[in-house]
Amino acid sequence: MKAKLSFLVSTVVVVALLAAACAPATPAPAPQEQPTAAQEQPAAAPAAQEQPTAAPAPAAQKILDAVKARGKVVCGVHTSLPGFGYLDANGKNMGFDIDLCRAVAAAVFGSPDAAEFVPISAAERGPALQTREVDMVPRNMTWTSTRDAQWGNFTHVMFYDGQGMMVRADSGFKTLEDLNGATICVTTGTTTEQNLADAFRERGLTFTAVTFEDTSAVYSAYEGGRCDAATSDKSQLAAVRSGFANPNDHVILEITMSKEPLAPAVPAGDDQWFDLVKTVLWVLINAEEMGVTSQNVEEMKNSPSLPVRRMLGVEGSFGQEDLGLSKDFAVNVIKAVGNYGEIYDRYMGPNGLSFTLDRGLNNLWTNGGLIYAPPLR
Amino acid sequence: MEPAPARSSFPPMANTASSLPRFLTRKGVPLWRDVEVLKWTAQIVSAALVIWFVYFFISNVIRAANARNLGLGYGFLDNAAGFPIAESVVPYDPSRSFGYALWVGFLNTVKVSLVGIVLATVLGLFIALARLSTNWLVSNLAGIYINIIRNVPLLVQLFIWYFAVFQKLPPVRNAIALPGPVYLSQRGLYMTGPAPTETFRAWLVFVVAAVVLAGVLHRLLLRYQVQTGRTTYPLLSATAVLLGLPLIGWLAVGSPPLTITRPVLERFNFVGGLRLTPEFVALLVGLVIYTSAFIAEVMRGGILAVHKGQVEAAKALGFSTPQTLRLIVLPLALRVIIPPLISQYLNLTKNSSLAVIIGYPDLFFVGRTIINQAGQAVPVFLLIMAVYLSLSLFTSAVLNVYNRKVQLVER
Repeated sequence: MKAKLSFLVSTVVVVALLAAACAPATPAPAPQEQPTAAQEQPAAAPAAQEQPTAAPAPAAQKILDAVKARGKVVCGVHTSLPGFGYLDANGKNMGFDIDLCRAVAAAVFGSPDAAEFVPISAAERGPALQTREVDMVPRNMTWTSTRDAQWGNFTHVMFYDGQGMMVRADSGFKTLEDLNGATICVTTGTTTEQNLADAFRERGLTFTAVTFEDTSAVYSAYEGGRCDAATSDKSQLAAVRSGFANPNDHVILEITMSKEPLAPAVPAGDDQWFDLVKTVLWVLINAEEMGVTSQNVEEMKNSPSLPVRRMLGVEGSFGQEDLGLSKDFAVNVIKAVGNYGEIYDRYMGPNGLSFTLDRGLNNLWTNGGLIYAPPLR
Repeated sequence: MEPAPARSSFPPMANTASSLPRFLTRKGVPLWRDVEVLKWTAQIVSAALVIWFVYFFISNVIRAANARNLGLGYGFLDNAAGFPIAESVVPYDPSRSFGYALWVGFLNTVKVSLVGIVLATVLGLFIALARLSTNWLVSNLAGIYINIIRNVPLLVQLFIWYFAVFQKLPPVRNAIALPGPVYLSQRGLYMTGPAPTETFRAWLVFVVAAVVLAGVLHRLLLRYQVQTGRTTYPLLSATAVLLGLPLIGWLAVGSPPLTITRPVLERFNFVGGLRLTPEFVALLVGLVIYTSAFIAEVMRGGILAVHKGQVEAAKALGFSTPQTLRLIVLPLALRVIIPPLISQYLNLTKNSSLAVIIGYPDLFFVGRTIINQAGQAVPVFLLIMAVYLSLSLFTSAVLNVYNRKVQLVER
C-alpha cells in the first residue's frame, strides 16, 4: 500500500512539473479544476471555431518585439543549394537568400551577424511559417496564390525563375515529348512536383516520378542514374549542375515549364514585420537603381540626389519610424550586404562564388528585366 | 494493512446520510491518516491532472489554429492531389483526390509491412535455429549477425541499403541479366511473371472456392479418420481439390486468366514483366534484416524455455531431431514466443515510416507531401496517427486471437 501511494505521489509530481514546464510557452488557459467542465470544453471549441470571427485574432506578440528581445532574426533557410543557401568551407551560411536575412538583421540591429539560420526542407516551409517557428523564410520559395492564402505573407519577388529539366548531355533529348515514358527525379512537396504532373498530363505523356524530401537525395539519385531527368527551377538546376563531378555531362533543356516567382515570406498576421521585410528588399533594389553600393555608401550620403539622401536617412523620411527602424538603417543594410546587383553578382555573376547565370529577367527594369521596387518615400 | 473493507467501491457523492462513505461515519482515525481517503484523493488528483493536461494540449492546438486561420477540417481531402506517386498498388494519377493519395500510401505501407512480417519471421526462425546449432561456426556467425544488426540504427541501415547497395547497381542499359529472364539494375528488379487478363476475376472465384473447400475437406476427412480409424487420405484429397478446381475454372472461363509478361528494354526502361522498385526493395530488405535479428532472439528465448525433459521424452519415443523440433519444441515454444513476436511485428509496421528518407511512398511519405501541398499539418498528422494506431491494434488483435488458441488450456 505504501509503495503504491508513493508511486502515485511521484507520478503526480512529475505530471505537475511537466505541466508547469509547458505553461510559460503560451499563456495557459484558465485552469479547469473540475474535470467535468474540462471534458466538455474541447468538444465545444471546434464548433465555436466555425463561427466567423469578426476580427482576426490578435497576434500574441509582435514579431519585431520578439526579434529585438531575442537579439536575433531567425530565418528558415536552405543549406545545400549553391548560390542561394549553402554552407561554405568554414560552415558559414552563404547565398543569395541568406544575404536577405543578413540584410534584415542589419536593418534591425545594425549588424548582419544578428541572424540565426535554421535549415528547413522544402516540405517544412509552410509549417515553419504557420507555426511562427521562424521570423521569415528567405529560402527560395515559389509564390503561389494557395501558399499566400495558407502559409503566410509573401513579400516581393526577389528572383524570377522558371521550371526547367536537366538531362544527360549524351541522351540527345530536346523536348518534353522526347521524355515520354522517362523516370524523373523531383523534390516532394514543391510546386515543381505539381507542374511536372501537369505538363506531362497536358501533353498526354507518361512518366514515372521518383520523389525525395531531401533535395540532395534527388540529385544524387539523378547523378547516379536512377532517373533519366531531374526537374526543378532553372536556377536550382544550374546551381546543382555546378556541384556535379562532371557538370558538362549534363544539360538544362531550353524548355520552361512554368513561371516560378521566388519570394521571401513572413508569417501571417503581423503587418509591421511584413512591411519591414518588404522595405529592406526595396532598399536593396532601389540602391542598385540609384547606384549606391557597399563601397560608395558613405560618399553617397553627400549626393545631391534627394531620393538617395532620403534612402540613406540624411534628410526626409520614407517611413522608418513606422517600421520601428532607425533613420539610417539603409546604410547598415547596404554596407553589410551591398545592393541587389552586388548580391546577385557575388554568387551568380560572371565571377560568382557558386556559378554564373545570366541575369535575364532578374535585371533591373531599367535594363530590360523585371526587378522593380516601389519608391522609397 | 488494515482488514479488507466491506465495500470495495467508492459510493457516489449524491448518496444520503445513511449510506455515507465509511470514513465519514467511522470514529477514531483522523481523515488525513485514513488510508482509504488518501488512496482516493491521490486517484482523483492524478485523474484531474491527466484530464487537465490533455485539455491543455487540445485547446492549445485549437487556439493556435484559430489565431493563424488554419482550418482543422478534413474537407481538403476531396481536392485534387496534383502530385505524382512513384508506385501504387491501385491505379493512381495526379487528378485523384488527396484522400485517395493517402489511401495509396496506406496500401503501400500495408504491402511492405505484410511482406516484411512474413519474410522477417522466416529469416528470424532460421537465424534462431542457427544460433542454437551445436555447430560452433554456424552458431557464432548467427551470434555476430544478431549483434551487429541489432546494434546499428535502422535509419543508418536503410541509408546503406538504398544509397550504397541498390543505387550502385549497374545502370539500366547494362542491367545484370539472370535466367528467367530477370534483370537487376539501379531502376529495380524486373522479372518475367504472370499478369492477369480480363477473365482473371472470374477465375479468382474458383481459386478462392478451391482454398476454402480444400480446407474444409481436409478437416472433415481427418476427423473421420481419427474417429473410425479408416484411412481417408485427407492430405491427398485436399491437394486434389486445391489443384483440380482452379484447373476446371481455367478451362471454364474461356480465355486464359493469366499471361506471361516478359520485361523488354525500351528507350528508357524495361517495359512489362513484374517490377520491384529499388525503393521498395531497399526498405523491405532493411526492415526484414533488422527485425529478423530481434525475432531470432525472441525465438531463441522461446525454444530455450522448453523444458529439456520434453526433448528427452521425444527422443526416447524415437522422434528424429526435425520431428522433435516440429512436433514438440516449436508448438511449446510458440506459447512463449507469440507475445514478444507481436511487438516485433508492430515495430516493423511502425518502422516502415522511415521510408520517407529513401523515397518509398508509404502513408507517412504521402502524408508529409499532402501537408505541404494542402497546407494542413494538424489534420493530416492526426489522421496518420489514427491510421498507424488502428493498424497496430488490428495486428495485435489478430495475433492475440491466435495466441489464445496456442496457449495452454488449463483443465
